Amino acid sequence: MKRGEVCSEEIISSVFDQIKKANPNTNAYVTLLKEQAKESAKRIDDRRSKGENLGALAGLPVAIKDNICTRGVRTTCGSKILSNFVPPYDATVVRRLKEADAVIIGKTNMDEFAMGSSNETSFFGLVKNPFDSQRIPGGSSGGSAAAVALHMATMALGSDTGGSVRQPASLCGVVGMKPTYGRVSRFGLVAFASSLDQIGPITKDVKDCALLSSLICSHDPKDSTSLPEAESNFTESLEGDVKYIKVGIADEYFGQGLDEEVKEAVMKGITLLEKLGMKVEKISLPHTDKAIATYYVLATAEASSNLARYDGVKYGFRPEEELDLSQMYKKTRSEGFGAEVKRRIILGTYVLSAGYYEAYYAKAQKVRTIIREDFSKAFEKVDVIITPTSPTTAFRIGEKIDDPLTMYLSDIYTTSANLAGIPAISVPCGKDSKGLPIGLQIMGKPLSEDLIFKVAYALEQNL
Amino acid sequence: MEYESIIGLEVHAQLLTESKIFCGCSTIFGSPPNTQTCPVCLGLPGVLPVINRKAVEHGIKTVLAVGGKVHAESIFARKNYFYPDLPKGYQISQYEKPLSTGGFIEIDTDSVKKKIKINRIHLEEDAGKSMHPDDESDDETSVDMNRCGIPLIEIVSEPDIASPEEAYLYLTKLRQILQYLGICSGNMEEGALRCDANVSVRPMGVEKFGINTEVKNMNSFRGVEKALSYEIERQIEILEKGGTVVKETLLWDEKKQISSVMRTKEESHDYRYFPEPDLVTLAVSEEWIDQIKRSLPELPEQKKQRFVTQYEIPEYDAGVLTSSKELADYYEECVKYHPESKMVSNWVMGEVLRELKERKIGIKNFKIAPTDLTDLLRLIDEGIISGKMAKEIFAEMTETGKSASEIISEKGLAQITDEEELSRIVEEVLTDNPENVKMYRAGKEKLLGFFVGQVMKRTEGKANPKLVNEVLKAKLSENRDEK
Ligand SMILES: [Zn+2]
Repeated sequence: MKRGEVCSEEIISSVFDQIKKANPNTNAYVTLLKEQAKESAKRIDDRRSKGENLGALAGLPVAIKDNICTRGVRTTCGSKILSNFVPPYDATVVRRLKEADAVIIGKTNMDEFAMGSSNETSFFGLVKNPFDSQRIPGGSSGGSAAAVALHMATMALGSDTGGSVRQPASLCGVVGMKPTYGRVSRFGLVAFASSLDQIGPITKDVKDCALLSSLICSHDPKDSTSLPEAESNFTESLEGDVKYIKVGIADEYFGQGLDEEVKEAVMKGITLLEKLGMKVEKISLPHTDKAIATYYVLATAEASSNLARYDGVKYGFRPEEELDLSQMYKKTRSEGFGAEVKRRIILGTYVLSAGYYEAYYAKAQKVRTIIREDFSKAFEKVDVIITPTSPTTAFRIGEKIDDPLTMYLSDIYTTSANLAGIPAISVPCGKDSKGLPIGLQIMGKPLSEDLIFKVAYALEQNL
Repeated sequence: MEYESIIGLEVHAQLLTESKIFCGCSTIFGSPPNTQTCPVCLGLPGVLPVINRKAVEHGIKTVLAVGGKVHAESIFARKNYFYPDLPKGYQISQYEKPLSTGGFIEIDTDSVKKKIKINRIHLEEDAGKSMHPDDESDDETSVDMNRCGIPLIEIVSEPDIASPEEAYLYLTKLRQILQYLGICSGNMEEGALRCDANVSVRPMGVEKFGINTEVKNMNSFRGVEKALSYEIERQIEILEKGGTVVKETLLWDEKKQISSVMRTKEESHDYRYFPEPDLVTLAVSEEWIDQIKRSLPELPEQKKQRFVTQYEIPEYDAGVLTSSKELADYYEECVKYHPESKMVSNWVMGEVLRELKERKIGIKNFKIAPTDLTDLLRLIDEGIISGKMAKEIFAEMTETGKSASEIISEKGLAQITDEEELSRIVEEVLTDNPENVKMYRAGKEKLLGFFVGQVMKRTEGKANPKLVNEVLKAKLSENRDEK
């Protein structure tokens, strides 16, 4: 590009050509920003021709999950209740992307308020899997994963509260990473469960993932939970010696419910890393089976409070008719939220209620601490832990939507990283007999993104 | 039957920070509705709170002033409820781990000092203000969000308050402390200080607490006293009739001077408190506390004691003079220029306070500067004017803003202290009253008063009485020797 062989405008218009072809089938985008994107690309080309210095993502088409605020551009969270909400500010990550001269091409579809594992709960319709239109792409960042998989964007941002970046990345055959809690600013990310939410990149390969991560991982004074760590360039440490790295595998992640083909592919990946000189060791994460229950208590509790602000008073959807205050609240929220969101608000309200708080919320907090300690102990022995990302490959549309408990188990291998606040990445490691992608998850200790990128890169390059 | 009342107060004080507790918006009172807002205090999707350290500092000052314990770690919590003036659907407050516990405020009841213990002090954000239309017109209720996120501390007392009078004294003392610290205006009418009360009564000698009610919406210090008296009487009346008090929340109506039920216990909220995940634990280091301790101003009680010893004035005077920091500063400034501390005290407590009361102004807006007052007092000491004249001149000063000497020269009010001139007038008086002079010299010394009066008459009262006496006595005896 630097030599002017391809200009940004051409890249952007070819991406929109691809979107025109692929999006009607997948429904990956909620909002497209064709005109703005073209203008941005033109400005970047002008600056390039003048010999100006350009940012690290100059002219690259990037998609943003629709729960990340974009100034002047509708940010819906896949919900009717925010279907007309236009934020007057950019999320910190969006600001950083713009500063790096990325071109934002659109807002991607998602499960309503990021609550779902199949992308079937969006007010704007479900998203289809790029490999099989009868199947789901995973969720909740299904739009971002599908967009990247189908070349409708070079890279995308998603958000991961219990696996919402990694699981769709796995099911769509792309790379997705959830950073250490606090490493990426949450300012401008519409909250689902504040103590678990992290924005993460979804990309074609590990190198792009490291590049995008380097850009978004930085301290932000606007987010009190933001870590003070200095910025890192993760792309610099991808190559080099891997023989010193110790890999842990835990039986708890290879038990009942795991698809045989997925298990085989992940084991093959581990064997490959062993061949590269890494030492593989058995470890135990004994409280893994408590993660899903703990997650659903804490995440719904926080969500019930985070979503209280959507009351029809200030912005967003409000019913047309004249109503008194309490009726207005009821109608706004009954009509504005979908079934899954309502289910979680009710669950979260319940676990925080007087008389139940100790038994549910307080207990879940204790279990969360124990799960975190499980990981601390394991990381005394090994550098990274490898597991499947998802117990199965992409399932059929409608297969689990009426059975929330089964649906919740889709996140069985991913929620622990959120509860423990540790970084985790999903990398493609083959396909099943139906041709559906399989993802391998690499988890590391807090702030060890560089290391999990390195392992992911080694796997990707040698697969 | 005799009853005793048990009262606990929850006081909300708006902190005088420049910006709000979790965002950068201004806190200035009285701006047009919704002009001091931003995405954070409006609770727009995706925004996050960041704690204002100044608000924490103000909170810590209060804790130190009442001798409470600042916790090394405190935790913000969400108090969840729906209301249009609460944009996030929850208020960020502190619950299980507040900023501090303990401490007390000492009040002076009729004859004894009494300690009212503090249960806790915690930080929280204010909500907005719903503006309901006055009449039954179709105007919709609107919300002003300027107040959203103004920092508050809530000071919760133990149920140590035994009467409405004590509640009044406690509030006055608390406000005095907050004002001394410079962290709250203390203005109840503007809502900078708000007070809710928990009230119960029980027959004398009974140990078990009665069922308590909560009284809200008391908008003035006297209103608190009245509302509490009303509630205590109401509860006693119920018990006297053999009934039981219902646990409920009552709203005081200042206009009608009655309270009415706002909500019963069944309707009471379950606030579903839980730790605020958007904020980290509030850590307060020993160093920070020490630093704040060193910056604490002299507090009312300390100042009062110092006034007693340093200026040798009665404790009563010291109490009045230190009732507000501004008044105390005024007094001290005066004493600096006119060290007769008791005389200054009499003037400040007397003339100055009377003037302030009549004009319904605070000392800050008082026209007469300390040096203007001490100039006046010096003129008394120098015998240029009498104490009585001084009071008249003082009144004139407050009217016109002119200085004492200006008024004196304009009106020719100065005393005649020139001995030569006085001698001349005395001579005239003696010459004009030969009979009385004779009688005086014959031993009727009571007539001295008559001569003084004559001199005063001729000088229109401007002669210095002490000097008149001296000159008269000298002249009357001097002439006798000659004869
Ligand atoms: Zn604000």
